Amino acid sequence: MSAPDYDPKQVSLLQAPALEEARDAGLDAFAAADTLEALAVARTAHLGGNAHVSLANREIGVLPPAAKGEAGKRVNEVRKALEVAFEARKAALEDERDARVLVEEQVDVSLLPGLVPQGARHPLTTIQERIADVFIGMGWEVAEGPEVEHEWFNFDALNMPADHPAREMQDTLWLAPEGSQVVLRTQTSPVQIRSLLARGLPCYVVAPGRVFRNDALDATHSPVFGQVEGLCVDEGITMAHLRGTLEAYAEAMFGSHLASRLRPSYFPFTEPSAELDIQCFSCLGSGDPCRVCSTEGWIEVGGCGMVNPAVLVACGVNPDRYSGFAFGMGLDRTLMFRHGITDIRDLYEGDQRFTRAFGTEA
Amino acid sequence: MRVPVSWLRTYVPTLTATADEIATALIRAGLEVEQVHRYGEDVRNVVVGRVVDVEELTEFLPKKTIRFCHVDSGTRVHDVVCGAQNFVAGDLVPFALPGASLPGGFEIATRQTYGRTSDGMICSEAELRLAETSAGILVLPPDSPLGVDVVELLGLRDEVLDIAVTPDRGYTLSVRGVAREAATAFGVAFEDAGLRDVPAVGEGYEVRLEDPGCDRYVARTLTGFDPSAPSPAWMKRRLVLAGMRPISLAVDVTNHVMLDLGQPLHAFDLATLQGPVVVRRARPGERLTTLDDQDRALHPGDLLITDDSGPLGLAGVMGGASTEISPSTTSILIEAAHFEPASVTRTARRHRLPSEASKRFERGVDQDLAAAAAEVAVQLLVAATGAKAVGVTDVDNRAPRPLLRLPVDKPGQVAGRSYTPEQVTRRLREVGCVVEGDAVLQVTPPGWRPDLTGAAELVEEVIRLEGYDTVPVALPTAPAGRGLTEGQRRRRTASRALASAGLVEVVLPPFVSATTVEALGQAHHAAPTVLNPLSEEEALLRPSLLPGLLAALLRNVGRGLPDVALYEIGSVFRGVGIPVAEVPKTSQRPSADELVALDAALPAQPRMAGLVLAGRRGGRPAEVTDAVEVLVSVAASLGVQLTVGRETQAPFHPGRCAAMLLDGSAIGVAGELHPRVAALLGLPARTVAAEIDLDALVGAAVAMGPATAPVVSAYPPSSVDVALVVDGSVLSGDVAASLRAGAGALLESVRLFDVYTGPQLGEGKRSLAYALRFRAPDRTLTDPEVLGARDAAVAQAATDHGAVLRGA
Repeated sequence: MSAPDYDPKQVSLLQAPALEEARDAGLDAFAAADTLEALAVARTAHLGGNAHVSLANREIGVLPPAAKGEAGKRVNEVRKALEVAFEARKAALEDERDARVLVEEQVDVSLLPGLVPQGARHPLTTIQERIADVFIGMGWEVAEGPEVEHEWFNFDALNMPADHPAREMQDTLWLAPEGSQVVLRTQTSPVQIRSLLARGLPCYVVAPGRVFRNDALDATHSPVFGQVEGLCVDEGITMAHLRGTLEAYAEAMFGSHLASRLRPSYFPFTEPSAELDIQCFSCLGSGDPCRVCSTEGWIEVGGCGMVNPAVLVACGVNPDRYSGFAFGMGLDRTLMFRHGITDIRDLYEGDQRFTRAFGTEA
Repeated sequence: MRVPVSWLRTYVPTLTATADEIATALIRAGLEVEQVHRYGEDVRNVVVGRVVDVEELTEFLPKKTIRFCHVDSGTRVHDVVCGAQNFVAGDLVPFALPGASLPGGFEIATRQTYGRTSDGMICSEAELRLAETSAGILVLPPDSPLGVDVVELLGLRDEVLDIAVTPDRGYTLSVRGVAREAATAFGVAFEDAGLRDVPAVGEGYEVRLEDPGCDRYVARTLTGFDPSAPSPAWMKRRLVLAGMRPISLAVDVTNHVMLDLGQPLHAFDLATLQGPVVVRRARPGERLTTLDDQDRALHPGDLLITDDSGPLGLAGVMGGASTEISPSTTSILIEAAHFEPASVTRTARRHRLPSEASKRFERGVDQDLAAAAAEVAVQLLVAATGAKAVGVTDVDNRAPRPLLRLPVDKPGQVAGRSYTPEQVTRRLREVGCVVEGDAVLQVTPPGWRPDLTGAAELVEEVIRLEGYDTVPVALPTAPAGRGLTEGQRRRRTASRALASAGLVEVVLPPFVSATTVEALGQAHHAAPTVLNPLSEEEALLRPSLLPGLLAALLRNVGRGLPDVALYEIGSVFRGVGIPVAEVPKTSQRPSADELVALDAALPAQPRMAGLVLAGRRGGRPAEVTDAVEVLVSVAASLGVQLTVGRETQAPFHPGRCAAMLLDGSAIGVAGELHPRVAALLGLPARTVAAEIDLDALVGAAVAMGPATAPVVSAYPPSSVDVALVVDGSVLSGDVAASLRAGAGALLESVRLFDVYTGPQLGEGKRSLAYALRFRAPDRTLTDPEVLGARDAAVAQAATDHGAVLRGA
């Protein structure tokens, strides 16, 4: 049997004291590493290919078989201890790094990038859509007519011949030259005429739009304002249907908590005629002094009535067979109390702060 | 119409309701009671006193004459200092006791003045609000009981109903008419002062009616009139409460009768009349100086009261100066006539002369009232002055009142409920109609209701008096609707897309000034002009949305808001139509030709969308391409693809203006304002504006019909980049369009990813780098296919724009 073919110095690597010394040195180095980079260097030194444990491991092969078991066990214990210590230290250092980096990466999530801000739609637009939708829900359709209108549609066909005092009820803006016969429509009612002429019967239409009067602009009046016209002509239409429809309208616009009333009035194109009043949203008719309604307890929102047979005749509709009702409601007043607008000029001055408050769907 | 409640009660003596209750009932009946004014509530402790003696305090002369008096208030004698001179010892006067309160909350206390104690105050008519002004204190009639409350004695406490009268209810321009409604509302008896016996015709002044515009003329003459006689205090009080100024007895009487009964009267100085009174139209060249001292050229349509000397007055509107009652008048002719409403309306409007009389004739005066009203006036004048009633003329060409037919169930059919025949008949009688018949009523309206011309008006009376609140509530059943039209839906989408693009909607009046329109280089001659504009400055109707939007932009900037992004959707107005030769009748449906002609009388009114940008947008200054991008994306929201071309037009910067093209034709424009225009209008530099024909855009979207679904290919794409060198003036969008056209169906997208200029490209050249993505619906593309398509794309760009592949 020949002598063992190995360097006794190297074999000394497997000696327990040497291994323990290497283990302790490694553990100390890992503990001392205060960065992941330092830890990586320490790992190479103490767990790398040329580290004590690696070299010692290689020596096991030259040991006599009887000694291999114990030596291997000893080396593995040391390696295990070093690996555990390394992983623990690595995890600790990674946690440390993450904690630092994620803190460093914190952003101000309220500091918005300042791209293009969302725009907004005017409340007169959105209320017109809202009203249209209420009536569409009842099976009606939305009719339209021109803002600059022939006097025949704006007056004559609505039972207001020339010299009728009712023409004086509204300060009309006329187009030049004198005798042009053309007006800025004073009401949305000409759409009634256009609808009856164009659509045939039965006719259930609602027509939101702008109307014009020769009125100076102040906090409560505007020469331009929004109105919504409604027209229902069919067989067997009664004033009860007018009341029912207006109650549905009032509830959609003002809610069900405010009472409404019909007060007899006069319009040449309806007979009987009425004004629709809504209970004052501010004082609820309590009788206490109220600036909103001048302590009347009611706010006038529009006119209505049963279509005058003369109007039906002018549109070629047989008034013995058909009857109908019509209404014209002011939208500005409605907006004023829907949104607490105190100065009507805000609606028409184009200040973007005003519109912006309403978003795109008021 | 202002109706003193005490006056109203003379017609309904059994009515016990308060003024507020009356107002509520009248509102329910359709009279627009706007307010209930209260008078005299704040007057306390003013009694009838007797002046015991008067001492003139002369030491304050010449500054002021002061009197020191003793006044007996019934319980004791007071020392009083008074500035008025128009009374003597023994006169009875309204005396405010110490602690009294006068109208307006003016408190009277004992005080020292002019070296004396003044322990109360002697009051004038003005101080008691009996008149607007008064020269001295009010001396009461000698039979006034000493010490009684003056408020009670003079009826100072009163309420006044302020009623806005609608054009159909002329009869409520009288206390009589309003009182009738009150009587009906409360179911109490009505005592009609308009019904009275009148003296027979005789010794009358000659009157001739030569025009059908006057169908009744009653003339009464009086002699022995005392021009110095004052109006009775009660009459002046009523006039003041009703809002009229007492003037003189004759005028006050005619006004009082008008307010009381609703019949306008006119008083002529009989001595100034020459020959018969003739009612006729004006003749060419005639003139008249009216009571307001205006010399007026008369129009052949003016109905006149004339005599041999010429025009005396505008019938139903205003009298003339030459025959006015004067301080020397001793004989009077009272006119009570009935004039055609339309004639009075036209004359009042023509001469811009709305008067109390014309207001009533326009709405229709009771055609049966003239004789009774004249009689009331005569009686008042006789009583006040001892004048003598002499002659009575009554020229009566009245047409018989119409007989209306009303099926008795018609009111119920209209209301959607039933009324008994008794209810219908009773209500019509309360209105004043004569009613006969059963199933079909024959109804003769009263003279004061010329507005009742057919069954519809009678129906309204029944429903109104029964109460609108008794009409049931039901919803009509409309046939199935189709919802919004295709165009309406898309206009909503466009509106939302503009808001989503960061723009804020405004709604602006359509009135613009010619100066602004001209400054914008727009054709202001195409803008219609308002005949009677709200302001002469802004007399045009906008031919474009831009003038209004730019003004609104300026307003925002002026309010310290430098970053502005506004849009408006609305009609603009261009051109002038052709008036129709004859406005269609309303007795039948207009013919198709007539309807076409009516529309041809209107200007064009396309609906536009406009926008303006200034200041910063998205963290950098807004520029023209922002506006272009907004319009492109709005169109895209409607499924319409717009292309962009170069444009040079006012008011835009010639190098920064884009045409928005739909299938090659411009339907809109976007641009930075020309620096000179911005400076001229005071706008921020680099203001951007754009406008597009929304009708055209929506029309294109609707015409496309429902969108066709694409084939979504799951095969892999092949991407190729090309850099093309083109002339600097060539639009990148045009190059992209050529690439798209040349590449054919395999091209999925073109994206510009780099723009480069540099000396090696050559003078005025740009390199545009595009990423082309190809994909086939049914297979993976081969390299030769992709390169073939790329080459075709580049070739097209070369053909169209002289593009050269960079590095080639």
